[in-house]
Parts: sequence; structure tokens; C-alpha cells
Amino acid sequence: MSRIDWKPLLLALVVLLGALLLVQNPSTWLTLTIAGLAMGLLIFLMASGLTLVFGLMDVMNFAHGLFITTGAYVAASVMRRLAGPAEAESLLANLGAVVPAVLAAMAVAGLLGFFFERVIVRPVYGQHLKQILITTGGMIVAEQLIVAFWGPEQMALERPRALRGAFIVGEMALEKYRLAAVVVGLAVFAAMLVLLNRTRIGLLIRAGVENREMVEAMGYRIRRLFVAVFVAGSALAGLGGALWGMYERNFTVQVGAHMMVLIFIVIIIGGLGSVGGCFAASLLVGLVANYVGYLSPKIALGSNILLMVLVLLWRPQGLYPVGRQ
Amino acid sequence: MIETILSGDRPRSRVLAGLLLALLAALALAPLVFPGTRPLDVAAKVCVFVLLAASYDLLLGYTGIVSFAHTMFFGIGGYGVAIALSRMEPGWGAIALGTAAAVAVALALSFVIGLFSLRVKAIFFAMITLAVASFFAILASQLSGFTGGEDGLTFKVPEILRARRVAYYFVFSVSLVLFLALLRIVNSPFGRVLLSIRENEFRSEALGYRTVIYRTLANCLGAVVAALAGVLYALWLRYTGPNTTLDFAIMIDILLMVVIGGMGTMYGAAIGAAIFVVAQTYLQEAMQSLSGALKGMPLLPELFHPDRWLLWLGILFVLSVYYFPRGIVGQLRARTP
Repeated sequence: MSRIDWKPLLLALVVLLGALLLVQNPSTWLTLTIAGLAMGLLIFLMASGLTLVFGLMDVMNFAHGLFITTGAYVAASVMRRLAGPAEAESLLANLGAVVPAVLAAMAVAGLLGFFFERVIVRPVYGQHLKQILITTGGMIVAEQLIVAFWGPEQMALERPRALRGAFIVGEMALEKYRLAAVVVGLAVFAAMLVLLNRTRIGLLIRAGVENREMVEAMGYRIRRLFVAVFVAGSALAGLGGALWGMYERNFTVQVGAHMMVLIFIVIIIGGLGSVGGCFAASLLVGLVANYVGYLSPKIALGSNILLMVLVLLWRPQGLYPVGRQ
Repeated sequence: MIETILSGDRPRSRVLAGLLLALLAALALAPLVFPGTRPLDVAAKVCVFVLLAASYDLLLGYTGIVSFAHTMFFGIGGYGVAIALSRMEPGWGAIALGTAAAVAVALALSFVIGLFSLRVKAIFFAMITLAVASFFAILASQLSGFTGGEDGLTFKVPEILRARRVAYYFVFSVSLVLFLALLRIVNSPFGRVLLSIRENEFRSEALGYRTVIYRTLANCLGAVVAALAGVLYALWLRYTGPNTTLDFAIMIDILLMVVIGGMGTMYGAAIGAAIFVVAQTYLQEAMQSLSGALKGMPLLPELFHPDRWLLWLGILFVLSVYYFPRGIVGQLRARTP
């Protein structure tokens, strides 16, 4: 892509300004915008791996939510053991609890992704129907196993002390955790952009999404690349799950399955396989969900479906369609 | 005669024929042979879910599309009749009105979803149906003035259906007729086109069949039958709520029934649904005793906890997709030359 397609970004701007007109109160608007961005970026963390996996190998993993659930559960377990530093006054001590929790969540989710790719996904390449069935089946089994290990009760994942509460600036209340989520989400997105656009591996991934056979014909083993992307995507979903768990504070084993609905909407809106589209769509979905939730809570639930329908009417292949062979 | 009733689709396996006859006999004689309310409940549930699984098989097995919105249509049927009966005099008029409204809504919704998403890939359709269905489930629990919210709706049925046996035979006969109608549909020229689309979409299109239209029609048919199954289930339970109709767990159940029974055969759906419902009811008791016997060992009692029965059916599901993609019926048919 030599030129950037600006129209979807314009759409985001229209949403932002339109919401400002409707909300009227600028400080409320800012609070909502930050909440929307935080939600959108967390969704992006979870969705990006899935869309790349689809773009690269034409594999749709309906069990992606499993990595989210795993991430949240592992993070909760680690945080419970590190309650001391998490409750301490200093930010550094808090980080000493959050960083291991998040890293553990990513590691376990990544490892799980590795096995999942081996055992569940590998035998069903190129067969969409079986992929959907087998990954759904894997999700059922894994969800039950999680309940068998952790028990059926609700899990609690408390935020560390430094990230509770909000900054009060004038009339505005800026929740600390949401700001932190925005920072982490943007950092991951930036790292991903650098990886995809400035490194050799990124070049191969992008080439693989455009035309897999050609990359294989050049002598690259796209299978290995795919495993790497799958594991990285699972780890990111684990990270997203851990952060989402802290965002929600309480969750059940269904957390991943619930997020999958939003993730599918995001991937469809963004265009299957497109990371840029996934980013734009995540932000749109997060913002719209928060604005509509404030303006008229009654139709908030349908707002994302409505958004999807409108986008698909405008661009049937999603915001940024990926050129395929 | 039998050839006509079965639309020329014989079981083609002695064991399968025996199983189907046994199932039919058990369902037909259930109120007379098995005393008590629980077996009758199980039998009625089997009837409804055989129909529901068969209508899902029309999509999954015959047309090769995965929908996650089948429980939504099931729920539309249930809520249609529940809303009509709880607001009007409990009579056949209300049932007819509720059913007609539910069928109309199901038809319109499935048509729109089909037109929207069946043009593209199977995966696209699966994702969109998942999103729409979960939205619908939330909507039903939010519009509590209309649907009773999380509590659902309890309602009175017409005088004649209050006798459990009469109600049971009503459910049984309607299910049987609709099942045979589905059998007729899949063995018609229309059904052949669906099969050809499943096998090779490109070639069917090249032969001059508009695959989008056929798929959308199959989607609409499946939705309407699912809505009718929802009506039956609501009339049997005299209650409609999110947990009996719209829950995603039920969607998973239907998927398991069709795949374990055998995709692409209506009989597979029947066998799968029967096995599943019976297992759901009685497997838990077996696991209860097994779990008790394993007490003291690490993790094993947890894995055999009665609430974990879905774990074992899930493993069975995954294994059957890998090793027996034609399910029980396919295995039985393969054995008979």
C-alpha cells in the first residue's frame, strides 16, 4: 500500500466530533473518549493476533477467546500471590506485581497457543467448516478444563494500588487504569507497526498475507512463520485478557467467549486479515460503545451491530480490505 | 409406503434402522411405558431437539454453512408464542398468532442475515451469526417489559394441552411431521442442489445454480423450522426464558448433537439429539457416583464432577470431527456394504 486510505480515519474523526456535539459537555466527552480508547485498545490487543492468523493462513480460530480467559485467570492467580507488592504505596512495588502477572499470562497463553496450533488447528488446514467445528470443540473442552482447575466461582482481579482511582483535572475525572491501558495499547501497536514495517520478519508476514504461495515459492517456510504468529497472537490475547480482567475486576470463565463477539465485529469491520483495519475498527467500536452507552443506554447493545452493518454497507469487505490472490 | 414416508431415504443399515425404530417406539410409547414426569420430560425434550438438530443439519450437514444463530430462531419461536399467550386469552388463536408472528420474524431475520453474509465465505457467516445471536440474547434479557427479562415468561396454555399426555402427543406428532417434511426437502431436487453446493460451490455456480439464493433459502427454512421447534418447546414447558432457548450453551449442544450423530443425514441429527439429551440427563448421575468413588485423588474428582459432563462430550466432539466426520450414522452405514 503506497498511499494511506484516509477515509476510515476521517470516519473516526466524524465519530469523535459528532459525539462532542451530542454530549455537549467537553469534560464528559473527554472522559468518555478515554474510556472508549482504553476499551478499543484492549480489544485491539486481543483481536490483532486473530486477524493476522487469518490473513496469513486462512485459519479462523473460534477458540481465540480461550487465550483471553487463560490470560485473565493466570494473571489473577499470580496477583493473588503477590498481594503484598500490589497493595504497597509505591508505584515501583506495584509494577513488581503487575509485570510478573502480565508476563505469566502472556507466557501461559503463548504456550497454550503453541499446543493448540499443533494439536487442534494443524490437521484442518484449508477446511473452513472443520476449522470452525474443531476450534469450537477445543474451546468447549478448554473452558471445562479451566473450570476443573480453578473452580466455577467468579474470579477477582484487583488493580494494583497505584492504578486505582482517578486523576481529577478541573471537572474531569480521568481514571488512572484507563490511561495506563491506553499507554500499553498504543505501545504494543507501535511495536507491532515497527515489527511489521521495518523488519525482515514483518516483511515476510505482510507478503504472506498478500500472497502466501509466492512467499513459499521464494523458499521461505511460511509454516514456521505462521506458528510464530499464532503463538505471538495468543500471547497478545493473554495480555489483553489480563488487562481486561483488571478492567472488569470480576469475571468468569465466559470472559473470553463474551469478548469474542466484539472481536469478531472488530475483525469484520476492519477487513479480515488487516492489522491497520483491526486497529481502526477497535477504536471505532470502543468509542461508539462508550458514547452510545452514555447518550442512550437502551440502544448501546445494538450500537456495535449497527456500526458493523453500516460499515459493511459502505465497504462490504471491511474498512481496509486485504488484497488476496 | 415406507419409501414414500421416508422420501426414498432409507436408513441403509440394519443397525441404524433398528436404532431409529427403537427411538420412534420409545418416543411414541413413552407416556404409556415409562411412568413419572421425568421420563416424559426427557421424551418431550428429545422430540423437540431431534427437530431442532435436524433443522440445523439442513444448514451444517447439507449446505455446509455454520450458523451460530440457530438458538436465536429457536428463541424467537418460544418468545413469540409466550408473548401471545401471556397477553391474550390462552387459546389456539393466540398460539396461531404467536407462531405466525414468530415465523415471520424468523423468516425476515434469516433472509436479511443470509443476504448480508452468505455471499462471502462460510467463516464470515459464522462470525456474523455469532454476533447477531449474542446481541439478540442480550436484547431479550434487557427488554424485560416485553420478554420478562432474565426471569422469562410463564403462561397458560389452552385447556386441552394442560393434560400432560395430550401435550406430549401434540409435541411428538408435530415434531414427527416436521421431521419427515425436512427429510422430504433434503431428498428433493432442491436438496440435491444444496449438497452440490456443499461439495463444490464453484462448480454448482458454473452449472447455473445461483448458490447465494439456494443458501439463503436453506437458511430461511432452517430458521423457520427452528422457530417452530421453539414454539413446541415453549408449549411443553409452559415457560420461555433465556436459559431454555437463547443460551449459547444450547447452541453448543445442537452442534454436538449434529456432529456426533452424523452431519449430512437427517437420521444422524435424530440419533445425536436422542443420545445427547439422554446423556445430559443420566450421564450426570453416573459421573456423580464415579466422582464419589475417586474422592481423595488429585484433580480426578474435579474432572469427573457431574457439572463437567460437557468436557467429555466436548472431547467426543473433537475426536469425532477428526476421526468420524460422518458421525455415528456414517460409521453404521459404512459397515453395511
